[in-house]
Amino acid sequence: MGVTETNTETFVELIRRASTELPADVVAALEEGRRAEATGGLAGIALNTILENVELARDISAPICQDTGTPVVWIHHPVGVSTRALKADFETAVREATRRKYLRPNAVNTLSGSNTGDGAGRGIPFVHFEEWDEPRIEVRMILKGGGSENVGTQYKLPDTKLGAGRDLEGVRRAVLDAVVQAQGKGCAPGVLGVCVGGDRVSAFEHSKRQLLRPLKDTNPIRELAELEGRLLREGNELGVGPMGFGGKTTLLGVKVGVLDRLPACYFVTVTYMCWADRKAGVSIDERGEVTWLS
Amino acid sequence: MAELKLPVSEEKIRALKVGDFVELTGRMITGRDAAHTWLMKEFRADVAPFMKDSVIYHCGPVVAKNDDGSYDFVAAGPTTSIREEPYQADVIGRYGLRGVIGKGGMGAKTLAGLAEHGAVYLHAVGGAAQVLARAIPRVERVFMLEEFGVPEALWVIEVERFPVMVTMDSHGGSLHDEVEERSQAKLRELLGLSG
Repeated sequence: MGVTETNTETFVELIRRASTELPADVVAALEEGRRAEATGGLAGIALNTILENVELARDISAPICQDTGTPVVWIHHPVGVSTRALKADFETAVREATRRKYLRPNAVNTLSGSNTGDGAGRGIPFVHFEEWDEPRIEVRMILKGGGSENVGTQYKLPDTKLGAGRDLEGVRRAVLDAVVQAQGKGCAPGVLGVCVGGDRVSAFEHSKRQLLRPLKDTNPIRELAELEGRLLREGNELGVGPMGFGGKTTLLGVKVGVLDRLPACYFVTVTYMCWADRKAGVSIDERGEVTWLS
Repeated sequence: MAELKLPVSEEKIRALKVGDFVELTGRMITGRDAAHTWLMKEFRADVAPFMKDSVIYHCGPVVAKNDDGSYDFVAAGPTTSIREEPYQADVIGRYGLRGVIGKGGMGAKTLAGLAEHGAVYLHAVGGAAQVLARAIPRVERVFMLEEFGVPEALWVIEVERFPVMVTMDSHGGSLHDEVEERSQAKLRELLGLSG
């Protein structure tokens, strides 16, 4: 473990998979949406185009969406592994994946306005590390597009206008409002990663982490599982529809996580992931053996 | 579904209505955030002929450079249009555009500009970067590549049967306004809030 060229090549392949192959759970949810929409209407045409696009991207190994997003990465590692080396490997992989056109050069120098040209920049990619007891490294990543990132939002409760107090009913109100505010601008139908609690930094990270969960999983916390089901149903009743054209398919999934909070703070943080819900994972064991994760 | 050749007349554009599905064939130009500011700073006579009676596509593509120096679009879906709201109506008027392609729709100022100048807002399917790149067989030339970088440069492209939906027309119609109103009403109903 820790042989740089090997890790880099594995990470490039991880990025390629994320950018060009939409995961099976997301494809299934899009197909479900297509069955729900009338044929010939704009919502149906949009979902047909999306599904055709997913297949084409996979076939020719090209990016599903030209906005290949920010690579947001979570790495679990055993004790003694250099996180600095892993981070450097991942940055090298981002540059290489950009050169191979799996990624668009997507990092802009905020002060000068010029594009760094190679996909990497200050804070891009964003890599989180966590040590664990297992002997292997596990890398999970999402490619988080900018259009959907712009409609992500954070509420602080109570919110008088929404009639939202500091409880799960208040959370429901905030999240549904976020869906209406987003309209089609985040490339609906989207997936919501929600964090209840936390502070302004930890909450956004935790909301993004929810996006790693399979769309059909069940939240182990019963009241959150119920909330997720209700938000998915009611979110789709709002009628925003694919691309905001109107229709029955506004959300593909809602995943809610929770962090503890300060007595004074009650944040509801919503990350909106576009229909191109690009996520991928890989496990590297102590012999360097690579297993791709679904 | 109608096929629309570019460049296009004002008459043909005025005949389009919200909800129409159209396929575009001909020459158009891409431009997004940096391009719109730049186009408004002063009149760009070199770029203007590529915009007159054609459309501007809000797109930041992935582009491959071939050995012979030519370019190919590798991935080319629309970007969110609302960021160009402060400039769009003026860019349409100044350069004689007949349409804008993007995603997410635009606001009141652009809607008024469409009616005034005889133009439409065409919605491409967001994220459908491969289906749309396939409809762009040729890249003719590029402006401001060095200065703006690949996503923000102005690319002159040939398109063939490029699929778009009319979501804002030149008669004040906006699908985005309709859907937003309906979803706001439904939200108030779900939350038990009054008007």
